[in-house]
Amino acid sequence: MDAALAERIALSAAPAAGDGNLLRFITCGSVDDGKSTLIGRLLYESKTIFEDQLTTLEKDSKKHGTTGEDIDFALLVDGLEAEREQGITIDVAYRFFATPRRSFIVADTPGHEQYTRNMATGASTADLAIILIDARKGVLVQTKRHAFICSLLGVKNVVLAINKIDLMEYDEKLFQRIVADFSAFAANLGFTSILPIPLSARFGDNVTALSPNTPWYRGKSLIEHLETVEVGSKLGQAPFRFPVQWVNRPDLNFRGFAGTLASGRIRAGDDITVAASGRTTKVTRIVTADGDLPEAVAQDAVTLVLAEELDIARGDVLSDPKDRPDVTDAISAHVIWMSETKLTPGRSYFMRIGTRWVPATVSALSHKIDVNTLAQVEGRDLGLNEIAEVEIRTATSIAVDPYEENRGTGAFILVDRLTNETAAAGMVVRSLRRATNVHRETLAVDKATRAGNKYQKPVILWFTGLSGSGKSSIARLIERKLTASGHHTYMLDGDNLRHGLNSDLGFTEEDRHENIRRVGEVAKLFVDAGLIVLCSFISPYKRERDFVRSIVDDGEFIEVFVDTPVEECIRRDPKGLYARARTGEIPNFTGISSPYEAPQNPDLHLKTLEADAEALAERVLEYLRANAIAGENWASP
Amino acid sequence: MHAHLKRLEAESIAIMREVAAEFSNPVMLYSIGKDSSVMMHLAMKAFYPGKPPFPFMHVDTTWKFKEMIAFRSEMAKRYGFDLIVHINEDGVRRGINPITSGSQVHTNVMKTEGLKQALDKYGFDAAFGGARRDEEKSRAKERIFSFRNANHAWDPRGQRPELWNLFNTRIKQGESIRVFPISNWTELDIWQYIEAENIPIVPLYFAKERPVVKRSGTWIMVDDERLPLEPGETPEMKLVRFRTLGCYPLTGAIESEAATLDDIVEEMMLARTSERQGRLIDSDESASMEKKKREGYF
Repeated sequence: MDAALAERIALSAAPAAGDGNLLRFITCGSVDDGKSTLIGRLLYESKTIFEDQLTTLEKDSKKHGTTGEDIDFALLVDGLEAEREQGITIDVAYRFFATPRRSFIVADTPGHEQYTRNMATGASTADLAIILIDARKGVLVQTKRHAFICSLLGVKNVVLAINKIDLMEYDEKLFQRIVADFSAFAANLGFTSILPIPLSARFGDNVTALSPNTPWYRGKSLIEHLETVEVGSKLGQAPFRFPVQWVNRPDLNFRGFAGTLASGRIRAGDDITVAASGRTTKVTRIVTADGDLPEAVAQDAVTLVLAEELDIARGDVLSDPKDRPDVTDAISAHVIWMSETKLTPGRSYFMRIGTRWVPATVSALSHKIDVNTLAQVEGRDLGLNEIAEVEIRTATSIAVDPYEENRGTGAFILVDRLTNETAAAGMVVRSLRRATNVHRETLAVDKATRAGNKYQKPVILWFTGLSGSGKSSIARLIERKLTASGHHTYMLDGDNLRHGLNSDLGFTEEDRHENIRRVGEVAKLFVDAGLIVLCSFISPYKRERDFVRSIVDDGEFIEVFVDTPVEECIRRDPKGLYARARTGEIPNFTGISSPYEAPQNPDLHLKTLEADAEALAERVLEYLRANAIAGENWASP
Repeated sequence: MHAHLKRLEAESIAIMREVAAEFSNPVMLYSIGKDSSVMMHLAMKAFYPGKPPFPFMHVDTTWKFKEMIAFRSEMAKRYGFDLIVHINEDGVRRGINPITSGSQVHTNVMKTEGLKQALDKYGFDAAFGGARRDEEKSRAKERIFSFRNANHAWDPRGQRPELWNLFNTRIKQGESIRVFPISNWTELDIWQYIEAENIPIVPLYFAKERPVVKRSGTWIMVDDERLPLEPGETPEMKLVRFRTLGCYPLTGAIESEAATLDDIVEEMMLARTSERQGRLIDSDESASMEKKKREGYF
């Protein structure tokens, strides 16, 4: 057994000098800065690389390596097949190593601007960031971007790894100049500690031990710093927050609220307040499989039992009664856009915050932030990898803290409602308005709630016109477009009603009135369900149409007159009905043997001889937009 | 318990609760190995005092070690969980086996196809697996929530970023996810946790005299009469143990004297080869794990 290994085992058996905990850190830099080499070096030095991996590495070094005869440590950590061929990492890879004092999880992310989202992902769970600088190049634009993203994601501890110092003859003055440059820039970024270290990842200088090549550097080696740096104590000191994740109710005798403390601490006997309802009660037990605990702290996964039966569900936030989160439906936040599809203000997304999902709309884009200069710039939309400060409205109130104060209750993601892709990472800056009554009763579920969840105003679009006028074609086109932009619709026409609900009805005048009455009542129920209902019926009589208008609320009935002269309908006669009506085979046929009372003041008058179906459908959509029925902005496909 | 193990434990428990809350029909895959044993133990803790609100399922290739199958029955009895055992009967009928069909075909038919069949049969929309990111290079980028399309295929570009602990759990009809709650554990963490929590594991992990033959540079245990011997070849008794468990003809033993958990942890610290080295299926071709994953292998 070699001496180093023997020492390692001895150390792991004895109580360690560090806290024995887990440190998660991110490495920021590009391949050229030696980032992968540094991680490979850390794995190698901590004996995390096994012989079979070394054999593969030696083989790979000859094939893909850039270091000549030496082992290329970077190849240890490059990932998926295709990426390895390209020689660039394009995702977040997680690496693991341990020393006797601590265990480490490294988020390895690429450094270029087009990978800002990957860096943000890695930084979101990091306690510390290693920002790499190539000593030959000094502080670059990319260095500033890395520092800014780390700061935005709330990483407070920074190691400034000034790498490739071997190529600059271990020059102290150069090192000091780079440190000064970075410190000047980072002064306003809110880092609590910045440790600059002169490094050579390739040769190992100052990685595990201080290097004789830099006698002027008297700080800690990188590993020693990582083993001993204080992080994460802030979470435990923040006020108690507990997003309820799962209601544990195995039998009638036990009801507990399972979750992980986002911040703070809780003792049995402490009071807690349910943020949304403002109701307060006591914690009677802190249950775990290892027995009840007297106290739990941030990051502990526990199950709380409360003294009183309050109405609490997944998504609720239990909090410190004396220091509660804001309960609000409007926030200002930083977002990092992660989707190829641009952010369009006005569009509805799903927001995931804590353990809760809630529909949310970006109501305004305050300004974009140039990641390279930190300058605020104007913008109307936000593309992949861009960062902005925005205002967001949520369909129901949420409990939040500023991200700066609490990562657990200030972080959220936005999810595209159609594709389910994660569209953005968000960080609450502040609440824009407090919910006026935190003791509010549970909302009754009504039409407004249902429609609000769908981000639309429920209406009936009533298409009236002669047989063959083009009602159904236009209505179907509109429905397709509405659905494509995430709206919730339903189409009622003769085809789906005559065969079922109205199969007992014929075409006598009485039956035709009954037909429309039933259509109207069904449409009204669908409006109550929050839907945009498209009804396509000849509906020749004014009083029938007025009846439907009368049974819904003002503004919920939109009469669309699809105006095609009867001669044109006869010419088109898509179903051959006019021909049969004229021979008398079909009696009471509107336009031939039965009157059509054209609407005098329709909400929309579509003349099919003057424009095609596409253009007419667009006119209806414009009307819906203008009347705020289906959101201000459509996502253009 | 080490502070870092406590944190890993809390993270895994949170992931399991998340899946139970967000998916309608989850299942926990149980492979009988050490990682599965840890995962099952964590599931028991996550829902205490209740039981895990999902069944456990073993996709049985019919070539597991006898001791694994005995252990499986013992655990089911001990914890009283609902255990589904699925065998790809079609593969059995076709006579697929690791010896004459080759390791690739066998693994593909009996394991990958078997798993897809079982997921479809029961309509599971989320399946927990015990994979870890430190196992293999291509797994370093695997998400904790790994999305599969309706054909169970994994598309590296279709995966979602995982920010904070805010998992995007939304899927469409027919899509499913594989969830890896112990993604962030290392092999050493697993052993230290097994020791700290006194978790039962299959005795094959401990060194014992076993009948083995040398194949492709590794020791293969002659677990039953189905393993054909070369002319003149006789199994020899060797003090060996296994670092990972799978189908016995595909799983190499290492020579070891580690007969207790303490011994194993010590051996781990000194280990100079990675645990997957003993698996014949991974060395078939380079980056073979990634290819299997695209095809729906766990």
